[in-house]
Amino acid sequence: MIAQFEPITGRYMHLDLFGLKHRIYVEEAGEGTPLLCLHTAGSDGRQYRALMNDERITSSHRVIAFDMPWHGKSSPPPGWHNEEYQLTSAQYTTMILEIMAALELDRPILIGCSIGGRIALHLALEHPEAFRSIIGLQAGAHVDPYYDLNFLHRPDVHGGEVSAAIVSGLVGPDAPMEERWETLWHYMQGGPGVFKGDLYFYKLDGDIRDRVAQIDTRRCPLFLLSGEYDYSCTPEETLAVANSVPGSEVTIMKGLGHFPMSENPAEFLKYLLPVLEKIGGRDRV
Amino acid sequence: MIEALKARVNGDEALVRRGRFLSTTFLLEVGQTAWLISIFEGEVVSVTSGPFVMPSSSFALRAPEQEWQKFWSSRPPPGSNDLMALIKRRVLKAEGNLQIFMANLRYFKEVLAKLRQAGAEA
Repeated sequence: MIAQFEPITGRYMHLDLFGLKHRIYVEEAGEGTPLLCLHTAGSDGRQYRALMNDERITSSHRVIAFDMPWHGKSSPPPGWHNEEYQLTSAQYTTMILEIMAALELDRPILIGCSIGGRIALHLALEHPEAFRSIIGLQAGAHVDPYYDLNFLHRPDVHGGEVSAAIVSGLVGPDAPMEERWETLWHYMQGGPGVFKGDLYFYKLDGDIRDRVAQIDTRRCPLFLLSGEYDYSCTPEETLAVANSVPGSEVTIMKGLGHFPMSENPAEFLKYLLPVLEKIGGRDRV
Repeated sequence: MIEALKARVNGDEALVRRGRFLSTTFLLEVGQTAWLISIFEGEVVSVTSGPFVMPSSSFALRAPEQEWQKFWSSRPPPGSNDLMALIKRRVLKAEGNLQIFMANLRYFKEVLAKLRQAGAEA
């Protein structure tokens, strides 16, 4: 049997964030226009494995995904053992911009899903000059809590089991079994309270409803792609963002759910490739 | 139809194994019709239909009949494909000791999806 290797390389980056030392895991593949990828709440950069393994993307893009602090192979900062993790809009924004600067990325395309899609809207509003284009997956301006978040982090409920079970229905019905369960495995592997801490941003701190209409797509193009079966960020919520942001382009992806790049990469790429082509075309003009 | 739960759940070895630390009775309401479903170490031991005078259960799941019918269709539409989707739309009410429900959420999702027409997964 001959072993095969994927074209992905991973490195650990040491970086000060919010005055604390951080050890952050960064993966990348390909060469060309930087494409920075943001994972969903409670998961990690492996969600973008298919993009990094697809030559149609990597032949012209440097695809980069980092695991947020506390997630995947990134560590929480020193002192974490006495801290309740809660992600805020300000921290999330700083983290992304600092990591971009450390990697010397020149106006990357940003693609973010769920919480990554939400912060993409914040960045489109506050830092449009820093990005070539922004692609929001499952991006809505706000989500109301619809279950008691305390169940995600208490000793009599297994955090990994419940996190995966909470999100399992967000995977679309056409997802191949292997990709569906790979996606859920990432949730099962999350650290205690991390998914819950991310949802502090998603459901409380990161509400951008009153400002989203101020996004200026002349300064940074905005593309929105949302799965039909997502009941966390519903198609209606994405369409509401699109309707309030002139110049944004929106597509509802049939049969897909909340994790398009991870749950069903083959279908998702049918939607993503034309967007990347369009962004590339604008660059060439 | 609800009675089919017993054979379908108990015939799924992996599902019973996932529920092996679970013994409880929960109440399922399909519109006006109530059912008590008793589980012992992951196996469904009884499915009893109401009306009940004093039903005892650890928790209850209540939704209108048309919502359950959509949930139990072979390809449920968006918003009806998962218990959490029904809860998000405020059409499914989960009440009682929800620690038992949440600690075994995957189990309960897969148990109730057993009532779907053939082929559909949880």
